[in-house]
Amino acid sequence: MGLFDRHAGLLDAYRDVRTTGYDPFQIRMERVLSPTKAIINGRETLLVGTNNYFGLTFDRSCMDAAIEAIEAEGTGTTGSRIANGSYTEHVALEREIAEFYGKKHCMVFTTGYQANLGVISTLAGPDDFLLIDADSHASIYDACKMTQAEVVRFKHNDPSSLEARLRRLGDKPGNRVVVLEGIYSMLGDRAPLGDFVNVCKKYGAYVLIDEAHSLGALGDHGRGLCEVAGVIDDCHFIVGTFSKTLGAIGGYCVSDDPDFDILRVTVRAYMFTASLPPSIVASVRQALRVVKARPELRTQLWDNVATLYDGLKAQGFTLGPEHGPVVGVHLPDRMTAIGFWRAMLDAGIYVNVAVPPATPNGVSLLRCSLCAVHTKEQLDHMVEVMTGIGRQFGVLPDKQLRAAGAR
Amino acid sequence: MRTAHELTVENDGIADTLTLTRGVSRAEVIREICVHLEPYQTGEKPIAGDTVIAKDLTIDSLAIMDMVMELEDRFDVSIPMSVVAEIHTVDQLADTIRDLRAQS
Repeated sequence: MGLFDRHAGLLDAYRDVRTTGYDPFQIRMERVLSPTKAIINGRETLLVGTNNYFGLTFDRSCMDAAIEAIEAEGTGTTGSRIANGSYTEHVALEREIAEFYGKKHCMVFTTGYQANLGVISTLAGPDDFLLIDADSHASIYDACKMTQAEVVRFKHNDPSSLEARLRRLGDKPGNRVVVLEGIYSMLGDRAPLGDFVNVCKKYGAYVLIDEAHSLGALGDHGRGLCEVAGVIDDCHFIVGTFSKTLGAIGGYCVSDDPDFDILRVTVRAYMFTASLPPSIVASVRQALRVVKARPELRTQLWDNVATLYDGLKAQGFTLGPEHGPVVGVHLPDRMTAIGFWRAMLDAGIYVNVAVPPATPNGVSLLRCSLCAVHTKEQLDHMVEVMTGIGRQFGVLPDKQLRAAGAR
Repeated sequence: MRTAHELTVENDGIADTLTLTRGVSRAEVIREICVHLEPYQTGEKPIAGDTVIAKDLTIDSLAIMDMVMELEDRFDVSIPMSVVAEIHTVDQLADTIRDLRAQS
């Protein structure tokens, strides 16, 4: 058996996808023009699939901070925090994120993926138990492959399913660590966090919540679902990313645990990778200031969510269960999703296409992510385009045909 | 805690002396597994104890894990992901469920 033979099924599926003309997994942004526009296939395209929730990638103050940092401290750190030391700005960033949540400690990682991978796999050790939501992000599943703890999945967003699994553990010794996400990345739905926290309290379980898609978007101060639910103090570990609302790259974990810093010499995804470069640290620090100073960006984001979600819903599309910065549009199967995605790109609109096995319950989705600086006109246009394509593909009923049939 | 009476009800009145304990009959567990696997059956060959779940059927790894969650709740056991990864056949899955029930 050859090295790649085991991927035969995936290769077939991938070939199917590419026969549609474009490869959704190798799209080239020929030139990025703004948080909401890029040149793709030679034409100006509206970006509605880049997780750029506040549009801060082109924020003047964030760009200036990054440029100044490069002038002052160079382009990279060329090594890890434990080998090459921490820059003053790494430490300042950690302090500012800890303060943002009112937590005592923060560790910054080079990516959000590494934050989940490192923290989750290390927190729960041999004889401990990790309980994860069935729809968890790949970084959480990968942490589960690395951990020595016993891992059990519970049904998505179902506190009673978690409770049954905690109850079954009975009086077995070992810590229980429950992993949740604030907003789930495929359908944009939120965890029923208050109920989950109550279950965790009842069974003495630690709570780790990943606020990757909710930082900035949720809460009066943008701290995420933990703020909306009023349970920041009950979330023992809050993980997040700099690569979405904050417009750069990196990840973090905050906690009040007095021994938290031991993770700096136990988490391998922190110890054995190069630390964030000065420009990123500087732009992220500035982006966090913008999040605090400009709550109107959050209002704009949710106005845009309403325009797209309500617009698509009114046309008859099947969507994720609630308003969210991610709007997932259900399509009947993989090839319809790929074809729909391609037709949208031809019409100048870029979204993500998500198909099994990357999606929960084998669904095929167009995954749209909103930006605070999308205009209402852009989104109204998008609803029109999607409605037209939806009729062409038979996803939405064709009004004229129906009228003809009724005659 | 569940009582033996509740378990008898849960076992659907099947004539099985083990219903008075947390034990369930192998046939019952296998029947339940087959109900979940039926939609993924291909060809004429019926699903049996020696069916290799990921290979003989059209089920993907995520759907296997989702089926396991349903079986966990049906039989009130938790099967760790590392254990699921080692299970290949219907027989092995049934034995794992019965062993876990006997232990708890």
